[in-house]
Amino acid sequence: MSLHPMIAALRKHKAGVVLIALQIALTLAIVCNAIFIIYARIQNVQRPTGMEESNLFLITQQWVGAPSGDDPADLQKLDAMMREDLNVLRSMPDVVSVTPINTLPLFPSSWNGSAALKPGTDLRAGNARTTFYFGDEQLLKTLGLHLVAGRNFTAADVTHRGFRDATESSIIIVTKPLADKLFPQGDALGKAIYLNGGNTPSTIVGEVERLQVPSVASWASGFVWNSAISPVRMNINFSRYAVRTKPGRLDAVMRAVPSKLYAVDAMRVLDDDSVKSFKDIRADAYRADIGMAVLMGVICLILLAVTAAGIVGLTSFWVGQRHRQIGVRRALGARKIDILRYFQMENLMIAGGGALVGVALAVGLNRLLMSKFEMQSMPTFYVLVGLAVVVVLGQIAVFVPARRASNVPPVVATRSV
Amino acid sequence: MLSYYFRMAMHSLKRNKALTGLMVLAIAMGIGASMTTLTVLHVLSGDPLPGRSGSLYYPQIDPRDMADYGPNVEPPDQLSWIDGMYLLKAKRATRQALMTGGMVPLQPAQSSIYPFHAMALYTSADFFPMFEVPFQYGNAWGSAEDDSKARVVVISANLNDKLFGGQNSVGKTLRLQETAFRIIGVLGAWHPQPHFYQVYMGSYADEEDVFIPLSASRDQHMDHAGETDCWGNGGGDNNTLEHAPCVWLQFWVQLGTAQQAAAYKDFLVHYSQEQHAAGRFLRPPNVRLRNVMQWLDYQQVVPSDTRLQVWLALGFLMVCLVNTVGLMLSKFMRHAGELGVRRALGASQRALFGQLLMESGVVGLVGGAIGLLLALLGLWLVRQQPTDYAKLAHMDTRMLLATFGLAVCASLLAGLLPAWRACRIAPALQLKAN
Repeated sequence: MSLHPMIAALRKHKAGVVLIALQIALTLAIVCNAIFIIYARIQNVQRPTGMEESNLFLITQQWVGAPSGDDPADLQKLDAMMREDLNVLRSMPDVVSVTPINTLPLFPSSWNGSAALKPGTDLRAGNARTTFYFGDEQLLKTLGLHLVAGRNFTAADVTHRGFRDATESSIIIVTKPLADKLFPQGDALGKAIYLNGGNTPSTIVGEVERLQVPSVASWASGFVWNSAISPVRMNINFSRYAVRTKPGRLDAVMRAVPSKLYAVDAMRVLDDDSVKSFKDIRADAYRADIGMAVLMGVICLILLAVTAAGIVGLTSFWVGQRHRQIGVRRALGARKIDILRYFQMENLMIAGGGALVGVALAVGLNRLLMSKFEMQSMPTFYVLVGLAVVVVLGQIAVFVPARRASNVPPVVATRSV
Repeated sequence: MLSYYFRMAMHSLKRNKALTGLMVLAIAMGIGASMTTLTVLHVLSGDPLPGRSGSLYYPQIDPRDMADYGPNVEPPDQLSWIDGMYLLKAKRATRQALMTGGMVPLQPAQSSIYPFHAMALYTSADFFPMFEVPFQYGNAWGSAEDDSKARVVVISANLNDKLFGGQNSVGKTLRLQETAFRIIGVLGAWHPQPHFYQVYMGSYADEEDVFIPLSASRDQHMDHAGETDCWGNGGGDNNTLEHAPCVWLQFWVQLGTAQQAAAYKDFLVHYSQEQHAAGRFLRPPNVRLRNVMQWLDYQQVVPSDTRLQVWLALGFLMVCLVNTVGLMLSKFMRHAGELGVRRALGASQRALFGQLLMESGVVGLVGGAIGLLLALLGLWLVRQQPTDYAKLAHMDTRMLLATFGLAVCASLLAGLLPAWRACRIAPALQLKAN
């Protein structure tokens, strides 16, 4: 099929052609950036934390009138209160294991620092940033972490200290990514590292496969898998406990917990939020990301629908306008399929032209968004997918009016309007 | 004449219902999405204290060591205890208040209510007159209470309703962290949004439930919450914060005129120079004095997702408009013959242009009305979200008018090109073609 008559015909409709092409270009630019944003968010949400996430919940509570934890006697008292709570929780039916803990992955509270190979090393001098978890010998079991090398803590390893005590524990379990970062040869086990620029060594006794940091914000994206676990019960006037229950017994245990703890000591604050399943913690952490992804998806769909409707509308107008010419072509021997092909080809040219402009717009928009928001550079793949989507959309949209055009009978040629 | 144009427009629009419906719907969706996101942006970037925010300033100085030093480094967002207390006591501004937030365990007298955490603000006396905080009962404390570390508390209307059934509770006792505080005031309705004076407990958080003198909170070892930034060998230990090289306090001053503001800035520079000479500040003077709106802008309190959504919605509106231009063009050109007849019968180009614009205006108005409903629906959806700003997402009169303005302007703009093209048709040519 010669393109020459088609281009000559399009020249008569410059405004319409430019409008459709522009609309396709804008749609392409917006849709592939939106899909890229959706993908980035979904990828964030779907990464596993490294824990067994079901049958797990977290308790946060604060004692009222507890000692402020300044002298050894206070610390002993705080620690006794914590051990009492732990005993009660561990004796509950349907509870598998319990650990005191400072926070959990995806929970909005974190304790971050650094790990280095030399004592007293400055925090900012290229050492591994890491997050710290404090718990006892049941932490690995409770969180369901996979130990890939070395050993777990024993009850004898676990110490307790005050919140303000900067002493680092002498043994530590780290995640494999952190171990590999510090010891690229993979011989981290048994080696000493120095935490937070301190001078006392901590020996790596075990490695777990994976454990995410608490924060999901962008500032923590550089060290998402760098976690260190210390065998320490942290004595402050509040405490957190992670609890693993038997399968299916999560809700029952969660409901029973407040009264059990109040029975130990009623002088404490347990809010509505204090007993929280990990499922809810995860939902809270990623709610904004999921909301944004859904919104982007809906906008994309509407946008594509609007563009398709616009193509249908304008092409219908052209078909109406060229009613007679189509009749003449049919009378001169053009088959139905020729007419159909003509309109589809025409649309392909317009959509193709618009899509080329759209590719440039999409890349430009991506650069603009990168400068204004924390966003990555968009891989070419997304632009190609967007291009394919708008061209196919154009072909589908043009089919209805093109079919109608192909059904114009040749006899129209003989009639005057 | 206008009513005639209107009747013509309605007649023309009714002739092709599907196309008209498509145009109206496209405009409505574009307007609905844009107005939803713009309204959220509007309420989130609003002025918390209209009329006063221009005279309230947030001084910043730079007491840090030379680590990470470089040109154009912003000073820290908060003040250390030493600097904060000095600036507070210097009283160089009309009014000044030093503050930080915290969560305080509160033990109600009623045994039916378990202890709970109350959001607290530890501050100094000028806080209340400076921000014109309204009182329902009693009044604020003065500098005497600040100096004597008095155990007095001002509570919010909310907390008063919860604990005392809304009765006048002035003079009663409130137990905070095991210590008895005397209630001296109950606030009236006061909900500045954004929560500008303390952005570290949530930029759109509710206002605090208890207000305690900063001196008393330190005396009682109440934990401070929010950000603590330390440098050198400083640790964020709550009990030694007074001496640690850490910033953790917010400081606001009221300065009536631009001259006063300039003088205050000079004072901050002078103070920094003095401290530098004394060897306490290692960096050369680096001060900022931002007013409320500049501070909120600098802190980027509006979530970046909200801004991204506005961009997205405006892009969406643009596509909808281009779409409408195309459809409008095809609609007008389809009736080119009829327009030719009208021209031949003596209608001026101008009259034709006006009639066609009226048609696109009607589409815009109807689209705007539907778009408004969509925007209200969109805002309702935003309010169902569990974000701390969700409750703010309401349309006000200004945004309502803006919606219609935007819709009509957009569709007139969209009608401009098609109408211009259509009314330039040579009448003879059209008649001949027919």
